[in-house]
Amino acid sequence: MLHFFHKLASPKHFYRISGNWIPWLGLACFGFTLAGLYEGLLVAPTDYQQGDSYRIMFIHVPAAWMSLFIYMVMAGAGVIGLVWRIKLAEIMAISSAHIGASFTFLALITGSIWGKPMWGAWWVWDARLTSELILLFLYLGVIALYNAVEDSRTAARATSILALVGVVNIPIIHFSVEWWNTLHQGPTVTKFGAPSIDIHMLIPLLLMAVAFKLFYVMVLLMRARVEVLQRERNTGWVQELVSDYE
Amino acid sequence: MSEFLHMGGYAAYVWSSYGIALVVLLANLFAPILAHRKLLTQLARRHQRARRMKR
Repeated sequence: MLHFFHKLASPKHFYRISGNWIPWLGLACFGFTLAGLYEGLLVAPTDYQQGDSYRIMFIHVPAAWMSLFIYMVMAGAGVIGLVWRIKLAEIMAISSAHIGASFTFLALITGSIWGKPMWGAWWVWDARLTSELILLFLYLGVIALYNAVEDSRTAARATSILALVGVVNIPIIHFSVEWWNTLHQGPTVTKFGAPSIDIHMLIPLLLMAVAFKLFYVMVLLMRARVEVLQRERNTGWVQELVSDYE
Repeated sequence: MSEFLHMGGYAAYVWSSYGIALVVLLANLFAPILAHRKLLTQLARRHQRARRMKR
């Protein structure tokens, strides 16, 4: 088992093994998305307060969860890269930044579209919304910093530290709806005790959450493979690989 | 069917959200595919050039 992980951390084996996983991840993601859309758009009942507008939740909430999850993965991979100097961890961290930024953007924009009919405003400077916007800026800062430094290993070290400092924002986002009086509704799924959400709304929400997570893993591997090739372009195995190409 | 598309009067909000989600996900999917293809082509060309120089 340990041997397997050791091998996986070597760029050459990572490139090969991840290439085999991607189609299966894609297939699983597609299945969960179809099931989630069916359950969410056709089976789940209309909300007694929000009508059908609440169906935005099946995109908005998984996207918001992913924005936090990916940030933690990015910071965690950054720490591993900092401490053990594992190249693959550095690659995972920077590849996550791009995907995380897009999920944060998706959470913000769908929240805005949901907010307009429910709150009567596209945007309010509420604690939850503001801290999530800061998260987007953190992601963009990580990407900008990485691109600004020429040497990719120095860049990875600098961005890992920035990502680590930004972790302080994660609990702020999570607890913002409890610490402050906000317009944004409180947690209905992740609170302690039974979730206060109808089971027919919870099922599609969880299906979509799984689909988003699978999607993240899939595109993370795809991005990481490109980055691995780029960094290893002068090594023997890449030369061998490209000699068969075209 | 038209009732489904109507979304209880929230059609514009619901469908634009799902549409934007689709665009964001597809962009995430195609960005690495295109980058991968471009890089492989570039590296293959460089490899061929290096081999020709050796001869």
